[in-house]
Amino acid sequence: MAKTEQPDAHLNPLRDPQDQRLPRVAGPCALVLFGVTGDLSRKKVMPAIYDLANRGLLPPGFALVGFARRDWEDQDFAEIVRASVQEHCRTPFREETWRQLQSGIRFVAGDLSDPAAYEVLGETVRELDKTRGTQGNHAFYLSIPPSMFPVVLEHLKSSGLAYSGQPDSWRRVVIEKPFGHDLASAERLNDLVDAVFPPGSVFRIDHYLGKETVQNILAVRFANAMFEPLWNANYVSNVQITMAEDIGIGGRAGYYDGIGATRDVIQNHLLQLLALTAMEEPISFNADDVRAEKVKVLSAVTRPGPIGEHASRGQYAPGWQGGIPVRGFLEEDGIPADSRTETFAAIRLDIATRRWAGVPFYLRAGKRLGRRVTEVAIVFKTAPHLPFDASSVHELSNNAFVFRIQPDEGITVRFGSKVPNTSNMHVRDVSMDFQYGDSFVDTSPEAYERLILDVLLGDPPLFPRHEEVDLAWRILDPILDHWEDNGAPEQYASGGWGPASAYSMIERDGNAWRRP
Amino acid sequence: MIRLDDTSGSAVAAAISAERHRQGSPTTGMVLTMLIVTDEEHQADATAAAVTAARQHPMRIVSLIPRPGRGEPRLDAEIAVGGDDGPGEVAVLRLRGPLSGHANSVAIPLLLSDTPVVAYWPSDAPDIPAEDPIGRHAQRRITDCASADDPLAELQRRRIGYRPGDTDLSWTRLTPWRSVLASIFDQSIAQVSSIQIGAEPVSASAALLQTWLGNGLSSPVELVDTDGLGISVVRMSTSEGDIVIERPDGATALLHLPHIAESHVALPRRDLAELLAEELRRLDPDEVYEKTLMGTHS
Repeated sequence: MAKTEQPDAHLNPLRDPQDQRLPRVAGPCALVLFGVTGDLSRKKVMPAIYDLANRGLLPPGFALVGFARRDWEDQDFAEIVRASVQEHCRTPFREETWRQLQSGIRFVAGDLSDPAAYEVLGETVRELDKTRGTQGNHAFYLSIPPSMFPVVLEHLKSSGLAYSGQPDSWRRVVIEKPFGHDLASAERLNDLVDAVFPPGSVFRIDHYLGKETVQNILAVRFANAMFEPLWNANYVSNVQITMAEDIGIGGRAGYYDGIGATRDVIQNHLLQLLALTAMEEPISFNADDVRAEKVKVLSAVTRPGPIGEHASRGQYAPGWQGGIPVRGFLEEDGIPADSRTETFAAIRLDIATRRWAGVPFYLRAGKRLGRRVTEVAIVFKTAPHLPFDASSVHELSNNAFVFRIQPDEGITVRFGSKVPNTSNMHVRDVSMDFQYGDSFVDTSPEAYERLILDVLLGDPPLFPRHEEVDLAWRILDPILDHWEDNGAPEQYASGGWGPASAYSMIERDGNAWRRP
Repeated sequence: MIRLDDTSGSAVAAAISAERHRQGSPTTGMVLTMLIVTDEEHQADATAAAVTAARQHPMRIVSLIPRPGRGEPRLDAEIAVGGDDGPGEVAVLRLRGPLSGHANSVAIPLLLSDTPVVAYWPSDAPDIPAEDPIGRHAQRRITDCASADDPLAELQRRRIGYRPGDTDLSWTRLTPWRSVLASIFDQSIAQVSSIQIGAEPVSASAALLQTWLGNGLSSPVELVDTDGLGISVVRMSTSEGDIVIERPDGATALLHLPHIAESHVALPRRDLAELLAEELRRLDPDEVYEKTLMGTHS
């Protein structure tokens, strides 16, 4: 692995590369968490830290430092962490594990913009370095609104917290999406972060990339002989990447209004899925080689014109979903009645390479759709010749290969098979299912566990770098601009699969949406 | 639970398949077959642990219980498929009379196609597991020195009869200790000059830990008897001071490092199901176990 920020060239005499049993355990370090009261911190980050400790993947010299404007002592913060862990942890709650974590929990009370608070933070981590043995390794997890990034980064810089000053200890920073709201703002954010931390120390969390099923896309494509020969324009008709949620925006109006489905999930999750599905084989699985292929394929993405015919957006209308009456987007609390934020977006992208020329990639994401599902479907062309009566293959559609990302993680293959007990050769679609959970029940840690561990280990393959973020905005900015200049999103019925224009857009190409 | 008296291996396989069909799921995601060769005393615990491990590794569990004696050869079976106990399939087979010497003939029709086979002897393992008729089917062969009357003598039998693919639960039990010890050395630490391990007397695990630490740290390792459960303390002397991990209660350990306040480390003793689940995670030969086992000969 290319570890740009791995100062530890020292060889551990007890770690034999052949040892199958010893897990990779993070080295001693302190994780400083900004934004301790947010949903993400309480529901994902804190439980993931506990689960890592419970699986024996955190070292004894691990410390968690909370930073917020609360009048709390260390114990108060520890109680908050304990409550979150007990409510949300994946592995059983064990007092032994908790005791191990608890003794390393600290809290620093202060305003994000108060230099004195950073002084106290500095003293706290220095004290931990000595007493807890965190050895000068500090990761800063910014679980705060992006608008607060500049002030926090500035203070990390001016207080000296961002620099270790010693060759064998490290500093890392973790940031969450959204990575900007268009190309210009993403570049500003990058400049800001890069001015404080070197690129190898910046970890952008896209939790989708931590999912086992997403990593499995590469395993299935490049470890097998039987799929890759079909993975090209000779055999593939189109690719459909869907991320559907059955819920509305809930209490997230403040975040969602002005962002919308495209910026919220297509820019990051769906374009990453597209890159993993469409990229060429990397020369190795180290971070730089995989990124090189992702950057290459994202650079080859083109938009067919005119945009209005190949992109669709909508807002969910009031209606019934799964038997329950639901409000429309414009009636949600905190959403202005004239909001033009889209809650559904579908776009067609093309990839200008020999492998994919002429194969449309349809990306769609939305809220209040039929059910919660994320999948990547490779839809194949029909067989060049069918030696059957037309009536025999009436019920046969295109073959499909589907990565089910969530729920029911796994793979589905759809193909035609003879219907038994019919006198003539009657062929119908059948599905063959591989359920991840059936074969590998123990290997489904939360994505956050994997990603936080990778941050602490300094292992970058699963984190998008700013080139990928920039390329994604380059692809989407013209579509967003077009929508900005052209009226309001179309209303669509809650509980369905999006507005009429989403159907007309794909039917124009002679294709049809798969029902996920 | 389905009982089949005076039956055959193929009839048991057919009964499992019929039960699957009846439940509406004729194809299954079983990832391996585990053959447990055991006596009546150990069969219940071993089978129950395997059923629990099957939640992590869905598998077909075949417990073979030889019941030698006079009388006609006869096979009696109990079968459980799916249900509340987990996704696995279980067949507990009693091989009576002369059949007790031909367990292999019963096992063959019950092996799932094209998936790995694991053999497990909770006690009384053969001298060379890989050459045993049952062991020959398996790429992973699990034994347990701790169940023998003299675990240290048993460990030497395992060493002499070792073939790649063998492992022993006394090695599996060490993983949490080894993990904590290894993580201490992820940082540069002063050269260790001597090591002391305190463990219950006559422990195969302690003997393996002694060899593993001695090999890795190139230091003499002394083994002393203590009252605690399993391994209760590891003390490593360096020029900077002692590094000590103590686990007096068998659950939480205290770690003392030079110049640093002591800290808690979770180091629980694990039950048989957890040990089996760890064994099944990787099915290729465990080379570090081999190296360590070979080094236990002094």
